[in-house]
Amino acid sequence: MTETDAQHPRDWRHDAYDALKRLDVRHVAYVPDAGLTPLIDACLDDDQMTTYVLTTEEEGIGVIAGADLGGERGVLLMQSSGVGNCPNGLTLVQNCGFPLLTLVTMRGEWVEFNPWQVAMGQATAPLLEMAGATVWRVDQADDVGETVFGAGATAFDSCVPCAVLFSQRLIGAKKF
Amino acid sequence: MAARSTNRGLDRRALVAGVLDDRADDLLVVTGLGSPTYDVAAAGDHALNFHLWGAMGSAATVGLGLARARPQNRVLVITGDGEMLMALGALATVGAAPAQNLAILVLDNEAYGETGGQASHTAFKTNIAAVALACRLRDARTVTETVQCSDLKEFLLNAEGPVLAVAKIAQDAPERVLPSRDGHFLRSRFQAALLGENTP
Repeated sequence: MTETDAQHPRDWRHDAYDALKRLDVRHVAYVPDAGLTPLIDACLDDDQMTTYVLTTEEEGIGVIAGADLGGERGVLLMQSSGVGNCPNGLTLVQNCGFPLLTLVTMRGEWVEFNPWQVAMGQATAPLLEMAGATVWRVDQADDVGETVFGAGATAFDSCVPCAVLFSQRLIGAKKF
Repeated sequence: MAARSTNRGLDRRALVAGVLDDRADDLLVVTGLGSPTYDVAAAGDHALNFHLWGAMGSAATVGLGLARARPQNRVLVITGDGEMLMALGALATVGAAPAQNLAILVLDNEAYGETGGQASHTAFKTNIAAVALACRLRDARTVTETVQCSDLKEFLLNAEGPVLAVAKIAQDAPERVLPSRDGHFLRSRFQAALLGENTP
């Protein structure tokens, strides 16, 4: 599935989408993020996927847990700042053994223009780990597909929270 | 003192027991933490009840994900005013999702019963049904009289969702009836009853 063409390199967000398809993810809850737009758009266009636009990221944990009660798999897409909105919701995952796969686009760590992003960007991975999640970080576009697949398989097979952080260097610094 | 609620209002136990009386085999129930969980437990333990003991504010969204994963089932969320107030944004998320099989019942005593009865925002006239309508749920209503309760049951179990009802209940504290607090057990039991061999 990985077409590479020197003129038109494959977008890593499509590798993430293909991994979600391999994992049979049917529910996609998200707070919109520019870094994930091609992935969100692919999910919105997929008739096999139910999408949920959230007002705050913690809602996505409830949605994914509910979908799991119904026997289906979900993913939560968010930006690093949104991880700060999740800790109490994450207790639901730990207390009940819900699988949780979350894909997080990083801010506040590389060529960051907005100082308000730095505090939460630096706290993102420790906070997820404190909440019991296993965290993978991706810096290279070529690693996205397999990392998302591996994290998802771990989440769904072992019923644990797993997070993949897409580094700011991978995404590209936001231009103002 | 205006914030203090009176003891007038519907009997929460009788109301919930009535809604769940002669319960259909395919009804899925999600409860918010605190007294609504005890009310549902008092109506009888059931494998297709999922009780939240924490993650306050998550009842509606758990119900939403479940409803979208299981369109062939009716999903009823039963929660309290405090739990729903913590997640008013979730009503916007529900309103943006076409969950025709989702109903939410908010047991509203205008107080935080678990913590000493402090007035909640509904005591100050926040109108949760109006919020639900503004969030474009298909229908929402507030019930204050016992005579409306049979209509309420029909609304919660059969109206095209997503719908929400607020029941104005008395501020009493009936004896606690505690279901299992083991989340792993509640999840596994629910999935086994709903999905059988297809349990993930």
